Amino acid sequence: MAERIIYMDNAASTRLDERVLEAMRPYYLTTYAVATSEFGHSMGIEAKETLEAAKVGIAKGLGAGVEEIVLTSGDTESSNFALKGVTMAQAKKGKHIIVSKIEDFPVLNSAKALERTGLQVTYLPVDGHGFVDLGELEKAITRETVLVSIHHANQEIGTMQDIEAIGKICHERGTLFHTDCTHTFTRVPIDMGKLPVDLATITAHTIHGPKGIGALYVRKGTPISKWMDGGFQENNLRAGLENIPGAVGFAKAIELVTAEENERIRAIRDALIAKLLDAVPQTVLNGHRTKRIPQNANITFHRVEGESITLHLDMRGVEVSTGSACFSRSLEASHVIMGIGGNHERAHGSIRYSLGRFNDISEVDSVVEAMSDIVTRLRSISPLKE
Amino acid sequence: MKFPYNEKVLENFKNPKNVGKIEDADGKAIVGSPACGDMVAVYIKVDQKENRIEDAKFESYGCASNIATGSIITELAKGKTIEEAKQITWQQASEALGGLPKIKAHCSVLAVEGLREAIQNYEEKHGLIKEKEPTTPDLIKRRLRNVMNPLTGLDIVRGNLIKEVKVEGGAVSIWVDLPENHIYAANIKEEVEDRISTLWDVKKVDIHFNPP
Repeated sequence: MAERIIYMDNAASTRLDERVLEAMRPYYLTTYAVATSEFGHSMGIEAKETLEAAKVGIAKGLGAGVEEIVLTSGDTESSNFALKGVTMAQAKKGKHIIVSKIEDFPVLNSAKALERTGLQVTYLPVDGHGFVDLGELEKAITRETVLVSIHHANQEIGTMQDIEAIGKICHERGTLFHTDCTHTFTRVPIDMGKLPVDLATITAHTIHGPKGIGALYVRKGTPISKWMDGGFQENNLRAGLENIPGAVGFAKAIELVTAEENERIRAIRDALIAKLLDAVPQTVLNGHRTKRIPQNANITFHRVEGESITLHLDMRGVEVSTGSACFSRSLEASHVIMGIGGNHERAHGSIRYSLGRFNDISEVDSVVEAMSDIVTRLRSISPLKE
Repeated sequence: MKFPYNEKVLENFKNPKNVGKIEDADGKAIVGSPACGDMVAVYIKVDQKENRIEDAKFESYGCASNIATGSIITELAKGKTIEEAKQITWQQASEALGGLPKIKAHCSVLAVEGLREAIQNYEEKHGLIKEKEPTTPDLIKRRLRNVMNPLTGLDIVRGNLIKEVKVEGGAVSIWVDLPENHIYAANIKEEVEDRISTLWDVKKVDIHFNPP
Protein backbone atom coordinates (compact mmCIF):
# COMPACT_ATOMS: atom_id res chain seq x y z
CA MET A 1 0.00 0.00 0.00
CA ALA A 2 1.28 3.43 -0.91
CA GLU A 3 2.06 5.69 2.02
CA ARG A 4 0.92 8.88 0.44
CA ILE A 5 -2.02 9.36 -1.88
CA ILE A 6 -1.57 11.74 -4.79
CA TYR A 7 -5.14 12.55 -5.76
CA MET A 8 -5.49 13.93 -9.27
CA ASP A 9 -9.12 13.08 -9.94
CA ASN A 10 -10.64 16.33 -8.70
CA ALA A 11 -12.89 16.69 -11.75
CA ALA A 12 -14.72 13.60 -10.53
CA SER A 13 -15.00 14.95 -7.00
CA THR A 14 -12.88 16.73 -4.42
CA ARG A 15 -11.96 16.40 -0.78
CA LEU A 16 -14.16 18.61 1.38
CA ASP A 17 -12.29 21.53 2.92
CA GLU A 18 -12.47 21.25 6.71
CA ARG A 19 -13.45 24.90 6.99
CA VAL A 20 -16.48 24.08 4.87
CA LEU A 21 -17.39 21.21 7.15
CA GLU A 22 -17.09 23.48 10.19
CA ALA A 23 -19.35 26.08 8.58
CA MET A 24 -21.96 23.39 7.88
CA ARG A 25 -21.88 21.66 11.26
CA PRO A 26 -24.31 23.96 13.17
CA TYR A 27 -26.96 23.47 10.51
CA TYR A 28 -27.02 19.74 11.15
CA LEU A 29 -26.76 19.93 14.95
CA THR A 30 -28.17 23.25 16.17
CA THR A 31 -30.27 25.00 13.57
CA TYR A 32 -31.75 22.01 11.81
CA ALA A 33 -35.30 23.17 11.27
CA VAL A 34 -36.93 23.58 7.89
CA ALA A 35 -36.78 27.14 6.59
CA THR A 36 -40.10 28.77 7.41
CA SER A 37 -41.75 32.11 6.74
CA GLU A 38 -41.25 35.02 9.11
CA PHE A 39 -44.39 33.82 10.87
CA GLY A 40 -42.94 30.41 11.68
CA HIS A 41 -41.03 29.31 14.78
CA SER A 42 -37.76 30.91 15.67
CA MET A 43 -35.47 28.07 14.57
CA GLY A 44 -37.27 28.03 11.22
CA ILE A 45 -36.84 31.78 10.82
CA GLU A 46 -33.15 31.47 11.59
CA ALA A 47 -32.90 28.63 9.06
CA LYS A 48 -34.57 30.80 6.44
CA GLU A 49 -32.17 33.68 7.08
CA THR A 50 -29.20 31.34 6.87
CA LEU A 51 -30.46 29.96 3.58
CA GLU A 52 -30.91 33.44 2.13
CA ALA A 53 -27.44 34.49 3.24
CA ALA A 54 -25.91 31.38 1.70
CA LYS A 55 -27.72 32.03 -1.57
CA VAL A 56 -26.39 35.59 -1.60
CA GLY A 57 -22.90 34.12 -1.33
CA ILE A 58 -23.55 31.66 -4.15
CA ALA A 59 -25.04 34.39 -6.37
CA LYS A 60 -22.02 36.60 -5.70
CA GLY A 61 -19.75 33.89 -7.09
CA LEU A 62 -21.50 34.30 -10.43
CA GLY A 63 -22.09 38.05 -10.34
CA ALA A 64 -25.80 37.22 -10.29
CA GLY A 65 -28.82 38.33 -8.30
CA VAL A 66 -29.91 36.10 -5.45
CA GLU A 67 -33.34 35.64 -7.03
CA GLU A 68 -31.56 34.11 -10.05
CA ILE A 69 -30.22 31.15 -8.08
CA VAL A 70 -32.21 27.92 -7.82
CA LEU A 71 -30.62 25.40 -5.49
CA THR A 72 -30.51 21.81 -6.69
CA SER A 73 -28.91 18.54 -5.65
CA GLY A 74 -25.92 19.12 -7.95
CA ASP A 75 -24.79 19.55 -11.53
CA THR A 76 -26.75 16.59 -12.86
CA GLU A 77 -30.03 17.96 -11.58
CA SER A 78 -29.19 21.51 -12.65
CA SER A 79 -28.58 20.49 -16.27
CA ASN A 80 -31.65 18.25 -16.32
CA PHE A 81 -33.67 21.17 -15.00
CA ALA A 82 -32.26 23.57 -17.60
CA LEU A 83 -32.94 21.35 -20.59
CA LYS A 84 -36.25 19.86 -19.48
CA GLY A 85 -37.59 22.96 -17.75
CA VAL A 86 -36.86 25.33 -20.63
CA THR A 87 -38.18 23.04 -23.38
CA MET A 88 -41.31 22.38 -21.32
CA ALA A 89 -41.91 26.10 -20.83
CA GLN A 90 -41.41 26.79 -24.53
CA ALA A 91 -43.24 23.79 -25.95
CA LYS A 92 -45.44 26.10 -27.99
CA LYS A 93 -42.57 28.16 -29.37
CA GLY A 94 -40.54 25.33 -30.87
CA LYS A 95 -39.25 21.81 -30.63
CA HIS A 96 -35.56 22.01 -31.40
CA ILE A 97 -32.49 22.23 -29.18
CA ILE A 98 -28.77 22.24 -29.86
CA VAL A 99 -26.02 20.68 -27.73
CA SER A 100 -22.38 19.95 -28.47
CA LYS A 101 -21.33 16.37 -29.08
CA ILE A 102 -18.86 16.40 -26.21
CA GLU A 103 -21.11 17.62 -23.39
CA ASP A 104 -20.98 15.78 -20.11
CA PHE A 105 -23.67 13.15 -19.54
CA PRO A 106 -26.24 15.31 -17.66
CA VAL A 107 -26.69 17.51 -20.74
CA LEU A 108 -26.07 14.83 -23.37
CA ASN A 109 -28.44 12.28 -21.87
CA SER A 110 -31.10 14.90 -21.07
CA ALA A 111 -30.98 15.82 -24.76
CA LYS A 112 -31.33 12.15 -25.72
CA ALA A 113 -34.26 11.75 -23.34
CA LEU A 114 -35.97 14.79 -24.88
CA GLU A 115 -35.32 13.36 -28.33
CA ARG A 116 -37.25 10.24 -27.34
CA THR A 117 -40.22 12.42 -26.43
CA GLY A 118 -40.28 13.94 -29.92
CA LEU A 119 -37.97 16.94 -29.67
CA GLN A 120 -35.39 17.50 -32.39
CA VAL A 121 -31.81 17.64 -31.20
CA THR A 122 -28.75 18.84 -33.12
CA TYR A 123 -25.48 17.46 -31.79
CA LEU A 124 -22.89 19.99 -32.90
CA PRO A 125 -19.49 18.59 -33.85
CA VAL A 126 -16.32 20.10 -32.45
CA ASP A 127 -12.85 20.59 -33.92
CA GLY A 128 -9.62 18.84 -32.94
CA HIS A 129 -9.28 20.90 -29.75
CA GLY A 130 -12.90 20.53 -28.78
CA PHE A 131 -14.15 23.93 -29.93
CA VAL A 132 -17.61 24.37 -31.34
CA ASP A 133 -17.56 26.09 -34.74
CA LEU A 134 -19.45 29.35 -34.35
CA GLY A 135 -20.48 29.36 -38.01
CA GLU A 136 -21.89 25.84 -37.64
CA LEU A 137 -23.79 26.93 -34.56
CA GLU A 138 -25.27 29.88 -36.37
CA LYS A 139 -26.38 27.64 -39.23
CA ALA A 140 -27.90 25.11 -36.86
CA ILE A 141 -30.21 27.61 -35.14
CA THR A 142 -33.68 27.69 -36.68
CA ARG A 143 -36.96 29.38 -35.80
CA GLU A 144 -37.82 26.22 -33.90
CA THR A 145 -34.73 26.36 -31.70
CA VAL A 146 -35.63 27.09 -28.09
CA LEU A 147 -32.34 26.31 -26.34
CA VAL A 148 -28.63 25.93 -27.01
CA SER A 149 -26.61 24.10 -24.36
CA ILE A 150 -22.84 24.21 -24.71
CA HIS A 151 -20.56 23.70 -21.75
CA HIS A 152 -18.16 26.37 -20.56
CA ALA A 153 -15.31 23.86 -20.32
CA ASN A 154 -15.04 20.20 -21.10
CA GLN A 155 -14.97 17.68 -18.25
CA GLU A 156 -12.26 15.52 -19.83
CA ILE A 157 -9.99 17.67 -21.97
CA GLY A 158 -10.56 21.02 -20.24
CA THR A 159 -11.08 23.05 -23.44
CA MET A 160 -12.88 26.32 -22.74
CA GLN A 161 -15.50 27.50 -25.19
CA ASP A 162 -15.97 31.16 -26.07
CA ILE A 163 -19.31 31.40 -24.23
CA GLU A 164 -19.48 35.13 -24.80
CA ALA A 165 -19.50 34.65 -28.58
CA ILE A 166 -21.83 31.64 -28.36
CA GLY A 167 -24.31 33.50 -26.17
CA LYS A 168 -24.21 36.50 -28.48
CA ILE A 169 -25.11 34.34 -31.49
CA CYS A 170 -27.92 32.65 -29.54
CA HIS A 171 -29.41 35.97 -28.51
CA GLU A 172 -29.12 37.49 -31.97
CA ARG A 173 -30.97 34.48 -33.32
CA GLY A 174 -33.60 34.62 -30.60
CA THR A 175 -32.80 31.49 -28.63
CA LEU A 176 -31.83 30.86 -25.02
CA PHE A 177 -28.36 29.77 -23.96
CA HIS A 178 -27.51 27.33 -21.16
CA THR A 179 -23.92 26.55 -20.21
CA ASP A 180 -22.59 23.84 -17.89
CA CYS A 181 -20.01 25.56 -15.65
CA THR A 182 -19.30 22.53 -13.47
CA HIS A 183 -15.59 22.69 -14.25
CA THR A 184 -15.13 26.45 -14.58
CA PHE A 185 -17.10 27.90 -11.68
CA THR A 186 -14.66 29.78 -9.37
CA ARG A 187 -11.67 28.40 -11.33
CA VAL A 188 -12.10 31.05 -14.04
CA PRO A 189 -13.93 34.38 -13.71
CA ILE A 190 -17.63 34.24 -14.57
CA ASP A 191 -19.70 37.41 -14.43
CA MET A 192 -23.35 37.03 -15.35
CA GLY A 193 -23.59 40.82 -15.28
CA LYS A 194 -21.60 40.82 -18.52
CA LEU A 195 -22.04 37.40 -20.11
CA PRO A 196 -24.89 36.69 -22.53
CA VAL A 197 -25.90 33.55 -20.63
CA ASP A 198 -29.47 32.68 -19.61
CA LEU A 199 -28.88 29.54 -17.57
CA ALA A 200 -25.78 28.04 -15.98
CA THR A 201 -25.09 24.84 -14.09
CA ILE A 202 -22.82 25.04 -11.05
CA THR A 203 -21.98 22.54 -8.33
CA ALA A 204 -20.14 22.42 -5.00
CA HIS A 205 -18.40 19.07 -5.01
CA THR A 206 -15.79 20.01 -7.63
CA ILE A 207 -14.52 22.96 -5.55
CA HIS A 208 -13.99 21.26 -2.16
CA GLY A 209 -17.59 21.84 -1.17
CA PRO A 210 -20.12 19.24 -0.08
CA LYS A 211 -21.63 16.62 -2.35
CA GLY A 212 -25.36 16.85 -3.01
CA ILE A 213 -25.70 20.59 -3.57
CA GLY A 214 -25.56 22.65 -6.72
CA ALA A 215 -27.50 25.39 -8.39
CA LEU A 216 -28.97 26.47 -11.65
CA TYR A 217 -28.52 30.11 -12.51
CA VAL A 218 -31.70 31.32 -14.22
CA ARG A 219 -31.50 34.84 -15.60
CA LYS A 220 -34.46 36.95 -14.54
CA GLY A 221 -37.37 36.51 -16.94
CA THR A 222 -36.12 33.27 -18.50
CA PRO A 223 -39.05 30.94 -19.19
CA ILE A 224 -38.59 27.69 -17.27
CA SER A 225 -41.10 25.18 -15.93
CA LYS A 226 -40.92 23.59 -12.56
CA TRP A 227 -39.67 20.09 -13.07
CA MET A 228 -39.39 18.62 -9.58
CA ASP A 229 -42.89 18.73 -8.12
CA GLY A 230 -43.84 18.93 -4.46
CA GLY A 231 -43.74 21.98 -2.21
CA PHE A 232 -43.19 25.60 -3.11
CA GLN A 233 -39.50 25.97 -2.31
CA GLU A 234 -37.02 27.97 -4.38
CA ASN A 235 -39.58 30.52 -5.62
CA ASN A 236 -41.77 27.60 -6.59
CA LEU A 237 -39.21 26.41 -9.13
CA ARG A 238 -37.78 23.39 -7.33
CA ALA A 239 -39.66 21.40 -4.73
CA GLY A 240 -37.97 19.57 -1.89
CA LEU A 241 -36.62 20.37 1.56
CA GLU A 242 -33.91 23.00 1.24
CA ASN A 243 -30.43 21.65 1.87
CA ILE A 244 -29.38 24.40 4.26
CA PRO A 245 -26.12 22.86 5.48
CA GLY A 246 -25.30 22.15 1.84
CA ALA A 247 -26.05 25.72 0.81
CA VAL A 248 -23.91 27.07 3.66
CA GLY A 249 -21.10 24.73 2.64
CA PHE A 250 -21.43 25.73 -1.00
CA ALA A 251 -21.19 29.44 -0.16
CA LYS A 252 -18.18 28.79 2.08
CA ALA A 253 -16.47 26.72 -0.64
CA ILE A 254 -16.93 29.56 -3.12
CA GLU A 255 -15.51 32.08 -0.65
CA LEU A 256 -12.40 29.95 -0.12
CA VAL A 257 -11.30 29.81 -3.77
CA THR A 258 -8.89 32.62 -4.60
CA ALA A 259 -7.22 33.84 -7.77
CA GLU A 260 -3.86 33.00 -6.17
CA GLU A 261 -4.97 29.43 -5.61
CA ASN A 262 -6.02 29.12 -9.25
CA GLU A 263 -2.64 30.41 -10.38
CA ARG A 264 -0.87 27.97 -8.05
CA ILE A 265 -2.90 25.10 -9.53
CA ARG A 266 -2.20 26.31 -13.05
CA ALA A 267 1.54 26.30 -12.34
CA ILE A 268 1.40 22.70 -11.08
CA ARG A 269 -0.63 21.69 -14.11
CA ASP A 270 1.74 23.42 -16.54
CA ALA A 271 4.72 21.69 -14.96
CA LEU A 272 2.92 18.35 -15.14
CA ILE A 273 2.14 18.71 -18.85
CA ALA A 274 5.61 19.96 -19.77
CA LYS A 275 7.38 17.22 -17.83
CA LEU A 276 5.13 14.39 -18.99
CA LEU A 277 5.42 15.33 -22.66
CA ASP A 278 9.16 15.63 -22.20
CA ALA A 279 9.73 12.42 -20.23
CA VAL A 280 7.46 10.06 -22.14
CA PRO A 281 7.77 9.63 -25.92
CA GLN A 282 4.77 9.17 -28.22
CA THR A 283 2.34 11.31 -26.28
CA VAL A 284 -0.17 13.90 -27.32
CA LEU A 285 -1.89 16.58 -25.28
CA ASN A 286 -5.67 16.39 -25.66
CA GLY A 287 -7.43 19.75 -25.70
CA HIS A 288 -6.07 23.21 -26.34
CA ARG A 289 -2.72 24.17 -24.87
CA THR A 290 -3.76 27.54 -23.44
CA LYS A 291 -7.54 27.84 -23.74
CA ARG A 292 -8.15 25.28 -21.04
CA ILE A 293 -9.19 25.37 -17.40
CA PRO A 294 -6.22 25.70 -15.02
CA GLN A 295 -6.80 22.41 -13.21
CA ASN A 296 -6.91 20.02 -16.16
CA ALA A 297 -4.33 18.02 -18.11
CA ASN A 298 -5.26 15.21 -20.49
CA ILE A 299 -2.63 13.23 -22.34
CA THR A 300 -2.76 10.19 -24.59
CA PHE A 301 0.07 7.71 -24.25
CA HIS A 302 0.10 5.85 -27.54
CA ARG A 303 0.22 2.04 -27.67
CA VAL A 304 -0.89 1.54 -24.07
CA GLU A 305 -4.28 1.01 -22.50
CA GLY A 306 -5.59 3.40 -19.87
CA GLU A 307 -7.08 0.98 -17.36
CA SER A 308 -3.73 -0.77 -17.08
CA ILE A 309 -2.10 2.61 -16.46
CA THR A 310 -4.63 3.70 -13.83
CA LEU A 311 -4.35 0.40 -11.98
CA HIS A 312 -0.55 0.58 -11.92
CA LEU A 313 -0.79 4.20 -10.73
CA ASP A 314 -3.34 3.23 -8.10
CA MET A 315 -0.94 0.64 -6.71
CA ARG A 316 1.55 3.49 -6.32
CA GLY A 317 -0.99 5.74 -4.65
CA VAL A 318 -1.75 7.99 -7.65
CA GLU A 319 -5.42 8.46 -8.51
CA VAL A 320 -6.38 9.59 -12.00
CA SER A 321 -8.96 8.75 -14.64
CA THR A 322 -8.93 7.52 -18.25
CA GLY A 323 -11.09 7.68 -21.37
CA SER A 324 -10.43 4.02 -22.14
CA ALA A 325 -13.40 1.80 -22.87
CA CYS A 326 -12.08 -0.75 -20.39
CA PHE A 327 -12.37 1.75 -17.55
CA SER A 328 -15.94 2.86 -18.13
CA ARG A 329 -18.98 1.11 -16.79
CA SER A 330 -20.50 1.10 -20.25
CA LEU A 331 -17.30 -0.22 -21.87
CA GLU A 332 -17.55 2.63 -24.34
CA ALA A 333 -14.54 4.70 -25.29
CA SER A 334 -14.62 8.37 -24.32
CA HIS A 335 -17.13 10.26 -26.49
CA VAL A 336 -15.01 13.35 -25.95
CA ILE A 337 -11.79 11.93 -27.42
CA MET A 338 -13.78 10.37 -30.25
CA GLY A 339 -15.60 13.71 -30.68
CA ILE A 340 -12.38 15.69 -31.19
CA GLY A 341 -11.55 13.40 -34.09
CA GLY A 342 -9.62 10.97 -32.00
CA ASN A 343 -9.95 7.26 -32.47
CA HIS A 344 -10.23 4.20 -30.33
CA GLU A 345 -6.51 4.00 -29.80
CA ARG A 346 -6.27 7.63 -28.68
CA ALA A 347 -9.16 7.21 -26.24
CA HIS A 348 -7.72 3.90 -25.07
CA GLY A 349 -4.48 5.51 -23.87
CA SER A 350 -5.85 8.84 -22.59
CA ILE A 351 -5.26 9.86 -18.99
CA ARG A 352 -6.92 12.81 -17.26
CA TYR A 353 -5.12 14.54 -14.40
CA SER A 354 -7.41 16.99 -12.60
CA LEU A 355 -5.99 19.10 -9.81
CA GLY A 356 -7.37 20.85 -6.77
CA ARG A 357 -6.50 22.75 -3.61
CA PHE A 358 -4.66 19.88 -1.98
CA ASN A 359 -2.22 19.16 -4.78
CA ASP A 360 1.35 20.30 -4.41
CA ILE A 361 4.08 21.05 -6.93
CA SER A 362 6.22 18.39 -5.21
CA GLU A 363 3.82 15.72 -6.51
CA VAL A 364 4.66 16.41 -10.14
CA ASP A 365 7.97 14.59 -10.24
CA SER A 366 6.54 11.51 -8.51
CA VAL A 367 3.72 11.30 -11.03
CA VAL A 368 6.03 11.84 -14.01
CA GLU A 369 8.42 9.18 -12.76
CA ALA A 370 5.60 6.70 -12.18
CA MET A 371 4.06 7.41 -15.58
CA SER A 372 7.33 7.06 -17.42
CA ASP A 373 8.03 3.77 -15.70
CA ILE A 374 4.54 2.33 -16.20
CA VAL A 375 4.23 3.35 -19.83
CA THR A 376 7.66 1.91 -20.66
CA ARG A 377 6.70 -1.36 -19.02
CA LEU A 378 3.34 -1.62 -20.74
CA ARG A 379 4.81 -0.72 -24.12
CA SER A 380 7.43 -3.41 -23.73
CA ILE A 381 4.68 -6.04 -23.57
CA SER A 382 2.55 -4.53 -26.35
CA PRO A 383 2.25 -6.32 -29.72
CA LEU A 384 1.72 -2.95 -31.43
CA LYS A 385 4.89 -1.81 -33.06
CA GLU A 386 6.19 1.73 -33.16
CA MET B 1 -6.81 0.19 -0.27
CA LYS B 2 -9.43 -1.48 -2.34
CA PHE B 3 -8.58 -2.62 -5.85
CA PRO B 4 -11.09 -3.74 -8.47
CA TYR B 5 -9.46 -7.18 -8.81
CA ASN B 6 -8.46 -9.97 -6.45
CA GLU B 7 -4.87 -10.56 -5.32
CA LYS B 8 -4.20 -13.28 -7.84
CA VAL B 9 -5.32 -11.16 -10.79
CA LEU B 10 -3.31 -8.23 -9.47
CA GLU B 11 -0.19 -10.37 -9.12
CA ASN B 12 -0.53 -11.67 -12.69
CA PHE B 13 -1.13 -8.12 -13.87
CA LYS B 14 1.77 -6.62 -11.96
CA ASN B 15 4.27 -9.33 -12.72
CA PRO B 16 2.88 -11.20 -15.71
CA LYS B 17 4.57 -14.48 -16.57
CA ASN B 18 5.68 -15.51 -20.07
CA VAL B 19 5.72 -12.02 -21.50
CA GLY B 20 7.37 -11.45 -24.86
CA LYS B 21 7.84 -12.90 -28.29
CA ILE B 22 9.16 -16.31 -29.37
CA GLU B 23 11.17 -15.43 -32.47
CA ASP B 24 11.09 -18.91 -34.03
CA ALA B 25 7.59 -19.76 -32.81
CA ASP B 26 5.93 -22.87 -34.23
CA GLY B 27 2.54 -21.25 -33.92
CA LYS B 28 1.44 -17.66 -33.35
CA ALA B 29 -1.66 -15.51 -33.51
CA ILE B 30 -2.68 -11.94 -32.83
CA VAL B 31 -6.30 -11.47 -31.85
CA GLY B 32 -8.22 -8.30 -31.09
CA SER B 33 -11.54 -7.42 -29.59
CA PRO B 34 -13.61 -5.01 -31.62
CA ALA B 35 -15.72 -4.14 -28.57
CA CYS B 36 -12.94 -2.85 -26.40
CA GLY B 37 -9.90 -2.42 -28.58
CA ASP B 38 -7.63 -4.77 -26.69
CA MET B 39 -5.14 -6.97 -28.54
CA VAL B 40 -3.23 -10.09 -27.55
CA ALA B 41 -0.46 -11.96 -29.36
CA VAL B 42 0.23 -15.60 -28.39
CA TYR B 43 3.33 -17.57 -29.44
CA ILE B 44 3.90 -21.29 -28.91
CA LYS B 45 6.92 -23.54 -29.28
CA VAL B 46 6.00 -27.19 -29.78
CA ASP B 47 7.96 -30.38 -29.12
CA GLN B 48 6.95 -32.02 -32.37
CA LYS B 49 7.78 -35.55 -31.41
CA GLU B 50 5.43 -35.51 -28.47
CA ASN B 51 3.11 -32.86 -29.89
CA ARG B 52 3.51 -31.02 -26.59
CA ILE B 53 3.73 -27.25 -25.90
CA GLU B 54 7.23 -26.59 -24.68
CA ASP B 55 6.96 -22.87 -24.28
CA ALA B 56 4.26 -20.24 -24.59
CA LYS B 57 4.56 -16.46 -24.50
CA PHE B 58 2.21 -13.53 -24.95
CA GLU B 59 2.11 -9.79 -25.62
CA SER B 60 -0.80 -7.56 -24.66
CA TYR B 61 -2.15 -4.17 -25.60
CA GLY B 62 -4.94 -4.27 -23.11
CA CYS B 63 -6.42 -3.79 -19.71
CA ALA B 64 -5.59 -5.54 -16.46
CA SER B 65 -7.79 -8.60 -16.97
CA ASN B 66 -6.41 -9.03 -20.47
CA ILE B 67 -2.82 -9.02 -19.21
CA ALA B 68 -3.59 -11.30 -16.26
CA THR B 69 -5.36 -13.82 -18.51
CA GLY B 70 -2.46 -13.80 -20.96
CA SER B 71 -0.17 -14.65 -18.07
CA ILE B 72 -2.34 -17.47 -16.72
CA ILE B 73 -3.27 -19.00 -20.08
CA THR B 74 0.36 -19.36 -21.14
CA GLU B 75 1.11 -20.94 -17.74
CA LEU B 76 -1.75 -23.39 -18.22
CA ALA B 77 -0.68 -24.26 -21.77
CA LYS B 78 2.96 -25.01 -21.03
CA GLY B 79 3.63 -28.75 -20.81
CA LYS B 80 0.25 -29.71 -22.21
CA THR B 81 -0.18 -31.68 -25.43
CA ILE B 82 -1.75 -29.83 -28.33
CA GLU B 83 -4.98 -31.77 -27.85
CA GLU B 84 -5.07 -30.94 -24.11
CA ALA B 85 -4.27 -27.28 -24.71
CA LYS B 86 -7.14 -26.97 -27.20
CA GLN B 87 -9.53 -27.87 -24.39
CA ILE B 88 -8.50 -24.99 -22.10
CA THR B 89 -11.51 -22.74 -21.55
CA TRP B 90 -12.07 -19.22 -20.34
CA GLN B 91 -13.71 -20.64 -17.21
CA GLN B 92 -10.53 -22.55 -16.39
CA ALA B 93 -8.43 -19.44 -16.91
CA SER B 94 -10.83 -17.38 -14.81
CA GLU B 95 -10.86 -20.01 -12.04
CA ALA B 96 -7.08 -20.18 -12.05
CA LEU B 97 -7.14 -16.42 -11.46
CA GLY B 98 -9.60 -16.75 -8.60
CA GLY B 99 -12.43 -15.18 -10.62
CA LEU B 100 -12.67 -12.20 -12.97
CA PRO B 101 -15.36 -9.50 -13.03
CA LYS B 102 -18.10 -10.54 -15.49
CA ILE B 103 -17.98 -7.24 -17.34
CA LYS B 104 -14.37 -8.03 -18.17
CA ALA B 105 -15.14 -11.42 -19.71
CA HIS B 106 -14.61 -10.26 -23.26
CA CYS B 107 -11.23 -8.67 -22.53
CA SER B 108 -9.98 -11.88 -20.96
CA VAL B 109 -11.58 -14.31 -23.40
CA LEU B 110 -9.24 -12.81 -25.98
CA ALA B 111 -6.18 -14.51 -24.54
CA VAL B 112 -7.98 -17.86 -24.68
CA GLU B 113 -8.87 -17.22 -28.33
CA GLY B 114 -5.27 -16.24 -28.93
CA LEU B 115 -4.03 -19.58 -27.64
CA ARG B 116 -6.53 -21.51 -29.76
CA GLU B 117 -5.58 -19.58 -32.85
CA ALA B 118 -1.88 -20.03 -32.20
CA ILE B 119 -2.51 -23.79 -32.03
CA GLN B 120 -4.52 -23.65 -35.26
CA ASN B 121 -1.71 -21.69 -36.86
CA TYR B 122 0.74 -24.38 -35.74
CA GLU B 123 -1.38 -27.19 -37.15
CA GLU B 124 -1.86 -25.45 -40.47
CA LYS B 125 1.79 -24.63 -40.82
CA HIS B 126 2.76 -28.22 -40.16
CA GLY B 127 0.15 -29.84 -42.37
CA LEU B 128 -1.77 -31.26 -39.44
CA ILE B 129 -5.22 -30.15 -40.58
CA LYS B 130 -7.19 -33.19 -41.66
CA GLU B 131 -10.08 -31.68 -43.58
CA LYS B 132 -8.73 -29.54 -46.36
CA GLU B 133 -11.11 -26.85 -47.57
CA PRO B 134 -10.06 -25.04 -50.76
CA THR B 135 -9.24 -21.37 -50.21
CA THR B 136 -11.82 -18.92 -51.57
CA PRO B 137 -12.28 -15.16 -51.15
CA ASP B 138 -15.08 -15.95 -48.67
CA LEU B 139 -12.87 -18.11 -46.54
CA ILE B 140 -10.21 -15.39 -46.55
CA LYS B 141 -12.71 -12.79 -45.43
CA ARG B 142 -13.84 -15.09 -42.62
CA ARG B 143 -10.28 -15.33 -41.40
CA LEU B 144 -9.67 -11.61 -41.67
CA ARG B 145 -12.53 -10.94 -39.29
CA ASN B 146 -9.97 -11.41 -36.54
CA VAL B 147 -7.61 -8.75 -37.83
CA MET B 148 -8.46 -5.49 -36.24
CA ASN B 149 -7.67 -1.87 -36.86
CA PRO B 150 -6.64 -0.45 -33.48
CA LEU B 151 -7.70 3.00 -34.58
CA THR B 152 -11.36 2.14 -34.92
CA GLY B 153 -11.61 -0.88 -32.68
CA LEU B 154 -13.32 -2.66 -35.57
CA ASP B 155 -12.02 -5.64 -37.50
CA ILE B 156 -10.92 -4.87 -41.03
CA VAL B 157 -13.76 -6.80 -42.67
CA ARG B 158 -16.62 -5.26 -40.73
CA GLY B 159 -14.80 -1.93 -40.85
CA ASN B 160 -15.02 -2.16 -44.67
CA LEU B 161 -11.28 -1.96 -45.15
CA ILE B 162 -11.06 -4.93 -47.52
CA LYS B 163 -11.67 -3.60 -51.00
CA GLU B 164 -11.05 -6.78 -52.93
CA VAL B 165 -9.77 -10.33 -52.57
CA LYS B 166 -8.54 -12.49 -55.46
CA VAL B 167 -7.46 -16.13 -55.36
CA GLU B 168 -5.69 -17.48 -58.45
CA GLY B 169 -3.89 -20.81 -58.40
CA GLY B 170 -2.49 -20.51 -54.89
CA ALA B 171 -1.77 -16.78 -55.20
CA VAL B 172 -3.86 -14.54 -52.97
CA SER B 173 -4.12 -10.78 -53.54
CA ILE B 174 -5.80 -8.53 -51.03
CA TRP B 175 -6.50 -4.83 -51.42
CA VAL B 176 -6.75 -2.90 -48.15
CA ASP B 177 -8.44 0.50 -48.10
CA LEU B 178 -5.78 2.24 -46.02
CA PRO B 179 -2.81 4.35 -47.11
CA GLU B 180 0.49 2.49 -47.01
CA ASN B 181 1.85 5.04 -44.53
CA HIS B 182 -1.07 4.45 -42.12
CA ILE B 183 0.24 4.22 -38.56
CA TYR B 184 -0.77 0.55 -38.26
CA ALA B 185 -0.26 -0.56 -41.89
CA ALA B 186 2.73 -2.71 -40.96
CA ASN B 187 0.83 -4.38 -38.12
CA ILE B 188 -2.18 -5.09 -40.27
CA LYS B 189 -0.05 -6.39 -43.14
CA GLU B 190 1.81 -8.79 -40.90
CA GLU B 191 -1.36 -10.08 -39.31
CA VAL B 192 -3.07 -10.62 -42.64
CA GLU B 193 -0.04 -12.51 -43.93
CA ASP B 194 0.10 -14.65 -40.81
CA ARG B 195 -3.51 -15.65 -41.14
CA ILE B 196 -3.54 -16.40 -44.86
CA SER B 197 -0.09 -17.76 -45.67
CA THR B 198 -0.62 -20.82 -43.48
CA LEU B 199 -3.59 -22.09 -45.50
CA TRP B 200 -2.64 -25.41 -47.10
CA ASP B 201 -3.19 -24.40 -50.72
CA VAL B 202 -1.81 -20.85 -50.52
CA LYS B 203 1.65 -20.30 -51.97
CA LYS B 204 1.86 -16.54 -52.13
CA VAL B 205 0.14 -13.58 -50.43
CA ASP B 206 0.23 -10.05 -51.83
CA ILE B 207 -1.21 -7.22 -49.79
CA HIS B 208 -1.83 -3.89 -51.44
CA PHE B 209 -2.43 -0.59 -49.66
CA ASN B 210 -3.53 2.71 -51.17
CA PRO B 211 -0.80 5.11 -52.28
CA PRO B 212 -0.13 7.65 -49.49
